[in-house]
Amino acid sequence: MSRSTPLRDVHESLGATLTDFAGWLMPLRYGSESAEHNAVRQAAGLFDLSHMGEIFLTGPQAAQALDHALVGHLSALANGRARYTMIVNERGGVLDDLIVYRLGDEEFMVVANASNADKVADELTDRAKAYDTRVEDRSDRYALIAVQGPRAEEILATLTDADLAGLKYYTGLPGTVDGRQALIARTGYTGEDGFELFVAEEDAAPLWHALTAAGEPYGLKPAGLSSRDTLRLEAGMPLYGNELSAELTPFDAGLGRVVKFDKPGDFVGRSALEAVKDVPPRRRLVGLVARGRRVPRHGYPVTKDGAVVGEVTSGAPSQTLGKPIAMAYVDTGVDAGLAVDIRGRQEPVDVVELPFYRRNK
Amino acid sequence: MSNIPDDLSYTKEHEWVSGLEDGLIATIGITAFAADALGDVVYVQLPEVGSTIEAGDSVGEVESTKSVSEIYTPVGGEVVEVNQTLVDDPSLANSDPYGEGWMFRVRADGDPEDLLSAEEYAALTSGES
Repeated sequence: MSRSTPLRDVHESLGATLTDFAGWLMPLRYGSESAEHNAVRQAAGLFDLSHMGEIFLTGPQAAQALDHALVGHLSALANGRARYTMIVNERGGVLDDLIVYRLGDEEFMVVANASNADKVADELTDRAKAYDTRVEDRSDRYALIAVQGPRAEEILATLTDADLAGLKYYTGLPGTVDGRQALIARTGYTGEDGFELFVAEEDAAPLWHALTAAGEPYGLKPAGLSSRDTLRLEAGMPLYGNELSAELTPFDAGLGRVVKFDKPGDFVGRSALEAVKDVPPRRRLVGLVARGRRVPRHGYPVTKDGAVVGEVTSGAPSQTLGKPIAMAYVDTGVDAGLAVDIRGRQEPVDVVELPFYRRNK
Repeated sequence: MSNIPDDLSYTKEHEWVSGLEDGLIATIGITAFAADALGDVVYVQLPEVGSTIEAGDSVGEVESTKSVSEIYTPVGGEVVEVNQTLVDDPSLANSDPYGEGWMFRVRADGDPEDLLSAEEYAALTSGES
C-alpha cells in the first residue's frame, strides 16, 4: 500500500495520472508532460515533493555530527545557507545525495530522497550517537511544494513579504506565504530559478490552491514527476538509483568536489575516498545526444564497433533540444564513434558536455 | 474512462482494428487507453509499405517521454499504406487515436487472431486502470 502526500485529493481532483514512486502515490503528470516541461522552462510549474525526507539535527554538536556523518563541511555553513552533499558508506559508496540547510547555530535540516529517507534517518541517528545532538525524522509532518521557472519569483512575491530578491541560490529563510509559516528556500531540481516551500502538512492544500491562483496569470501549471525527470536530465542533474548508487563513489560520478578532506575530524568513508581520489575512474559520466529519433533509456548498453563500452543511466526525448538525450557511464578515453544498443539496433550518438541545458541568468 | 468506439475491434495489446468486414483492408492503430498510459507520444516507427507481416508480429514501436511500447499486428498480410502524417506529428496518437492517429493498413490474408469487441475490451481495461 503506497503512502499518500497531503495533496493526494488535490491531484485526483486535477485528474492526475498517479504512480507509485519509492513507496509513495505521486502525480506522474496532470495532462501533457511535454506541456508541463515547457511551462517550467518558459513560465512556471508547481510540484508536490512531499515524499522527500526531512531529517532534523538539533543541539550543540549538530554541526560536528554532520561533519562526521556526511562528506561535506557542514560546520562551515553559514546560517540560512544550503549545501548539496552526500552520505557514503565505509567503502565510499553513495547512500544518498542530500541538501542540508543550516537553520540556526544548532539546527540543521537534511533533505533526503524519498527512496532513501528511512535509511538516511537511521544512518544519521547511528552516526550522531557520540555527539550532543538530537536526530529527528520529521518527514511525516512536512509537506514540500516547489515553484520552479522564470516566473517563480513574481508568482511567490504576490503571496509573501519575504525578501525574495535578496534570497540567493542555495539559501533559505523562514517566512510566511499566504499567511502560513514556511521555510522558503531558493533551491530546485529543474535547471530553472525557483523556490521550495517546506510547510506543515495541514497547510499544503491551501497553499497549493493559493499558488495555483497566484500563478494563473503567469502561465503556471501543476507539473508531475515525469516532467521533473526530463527537466533534471536536461540540466545534467544526477538521480539516485540512476547516476548514483552504493556501488559508485562521488568521484566515479564526477562529483568528487563535494568531498571535503580538509574539514576537521574523521568522517565515514574518508579512508576509502582518499584512496580513490586521484585514481582516474574506469568510466566517466557523459552526456549523449542521439542522431536519430529512438530514445536511449536506463540500462541500455553503449557500444563502439559492436563492443560494449558503457551503459545509459537516464534517457528521454528532450523538449528543449528536440532530440533524445541521455546520461551514461562510458569507458574513460572513449568518446567518438559511439552508439546505443536500442533493443538490438545500434543507434549513433554524440558525446556532449553536461549539462544539456543551461538557463540564461 | 477511456473512449472505446463500438464499431471497432480490439486486441489485448491495446490496438484497434477496423475495416475487416468490407474489402479485407484492415486499418490498425493504438487505443486511447494505450495512448493515455504512454503519455505524450514522441516517436512512432511503422512497418514498410509493401512488406508482408504475420499476425502477432511486432511491426513497429511507439515511444513516449517515459516508455516505449511495441506495436503488434493482429492481422497478417501486405502492408498497403502507413500514416506518414502520424510519423511527422506523433502527438496525433494522443489527440485523435481512432482518427488521424491511425497507424497502418494491411490487405488481410487470413482471419485475425483473438479480437475483442468494444465491450470485451472495456472489461479488459477497466481491470488495468
